[in-house]
Order: sequence, then C-alpha cells, then structure tokens
Amino acid sequence: MTSVLFLLPPQPPAPSALHPSAAEIVFVLLGLVALGSGALVVTARVVVHAGLWLVVTLGSLAGCFLLLTAEFVAWVQVLIYVGAVVVLLLFAAMLTRAPTGPTELNSANRPIAAGVGVLTAVTLITLLVQAFRSAYIPLSHAVGSGTAATGTAVFRGYVLPFEVVSVLLLAALIGAVVLTRRDV
Amino acid sequence: MHLLYPLVVSALLFALGLYGVLARRNSVCVLMAVELMLNAVNLDFVAFDAWLRDEIFHAGQVFALFVITIAAAEVGLGLAIVLAVFRDTQSVALDQARSLRDADPPSVDA
Repeated sequence: MTSVLFLLPPQPPAPSALHPSAAEIVFVLLGLVALGSGALVVTARVVVHAGLWLVVTLGSLAGCFLLLTAEFVAWVQVLIYVGAVVVLLLFAAMLTRAPTGPTELNSANRPIAAGVGVLTAVTLITLLVQAFRSAYIPLSHAVGSGTAATGTAVFRGYVLPFEVVSVLLLAALIGAVVLTRRDV
Repeated sequence: MHLLYPLVVSALLFALGLYGVLARRNSVCVLMAVELMLNAVNLDFVAFDAWLRDEIFHAGQVFALFVITIAAAEVGLGLAIVLAVFRDTQSVALDQARSLRDADPPSVDA
C-alpha cells in the first residue's frame, strides 16, 4: 500500500464512514441490487430466468460505473453486455432447448462450490479491508474523466492494443462461423 | 466515496461468479457465471482508476473496455462451442461431455 501512495497527489482527509455521502448511499443500494440479482443468476432454476436476472445485475453495475465517473464504460456496458452478450446467451439457451427441471441445471458438487465461494469472499474481503481501510476517492475532485478524456486516453496511449483487439474480434467472428457450420 | 465500497461489492460478486462456475451443470449457465466474474474485475478496474486519478492514460477505464471486448469475443466463441457440442451429443450438461471424439452415430442432419 505504501508503495502505491507516493504516486498519488495529496488528498483531503477522508470523511468518516459513519456519515456516508449521497453517492455512497446510492452505490450501496445499486451494489445490493447487483449482488441480489447476481445470486439469482447463479441459483435460478430456469436458464432464461438466469439470463434476465443477468440483465439486472449488469444494469446496476453500469450505474455503479457512472457513480465512479466512468461514463463511457457504463454506456459500453449497457450496449455490449445488456444489448449483445445477454441476447447471445438467451439465443443459446433457446437453441439448446433449455432444460427446465430444477435438478438438471446444477451439478452434484454444489456444497463444495458454496464452500469455495464463501472462502473466496472471506479471504478477499479480509485482505481488501486490511489493505485499503483508509483509501478514499474524492469524487468531487474528479476532473477530466468524461467520455472525451477516455477517448483521448484510448487513442493516445493504447492505439496498438486497440487495433490488436479489433483483429481479435475478427478472429473470434470467423471462428464462431467456422465452429457452427455443419459442412466444414 | 470510500474505496472499500466498490471493492467489497466486487469481491462478493466475484465469489458469486466462482460459485456459479463450480456449481452449475448447464454450459450456458456456466458462461453467465463467468460474465459475473469478469464484471467484478471491471468494477475493480474502474474503482482503482478513480482512486489513482490517472488523468492522462485512464488505464483502469481503458482496461475495463478491453475486458468487455474480450468478454464479448469469449462468449461468442464459447456459445459456438456449446452449440457444436450440443449438435453432437444432444446435451449441454458439462459432466456428460467426457469424450473428445464425435458421438457414435455421427450426426447427419445437415
């Protein structure tokens, strides 16, 4: 933690966590919606229901991105995830004649999976609380973080990765077409 | 905003996605849980971008965009594979996909 701190400009003292700001209250509410619908995504008994709960999770996460001043990421999340990925998942669920039985969706090692999930959550949260207990994001000081700044950043420092990602998308497109054709 | 709020939400979402990946048997549901884990990582990226105030390169936001792009490619290819396996074995259950060769009577419904 101290190795990162020297990179930061001097910050105002963090206010107490006992008096949450409006942004923090909204963030906690959106986070609760995301976590609740995420729990329904992994426990729903019908594939289509899981896909629709995934829309709620991704939408409230887009709201979290907006609160963290990442406008462009939020709208890309709505466009790509809610618009494209979920539609693709629902198409696949329908093309594979989604089984609707309660036992068919889950495997037999659910208790072990729950144990691993709880262990991961406890470990991660303990670690993060130890490391970032006093870290504070001064959102009111956030300048130059709109869509224009993000676009400038992409085309100033990340032009080569951007082009590589476009080639990757083309390769994935061709790969998906080849995989689903029956005569090759 | 305290950095812990997004970090804790992200950690819990990651754990939910991990549980889903391990507990689900339907391949499409496993892919949905993978999307949950990727979104947890995106939330971390965006939170650290705001905390570090990286105003020139916006590394966190740009990496989140790249993760979203790669997740789209991943889910497209993953679903193509799921459909190919389903055409072969008439099943999307992961614990029944034990063989790498084609099903015994090769599907001739093309």
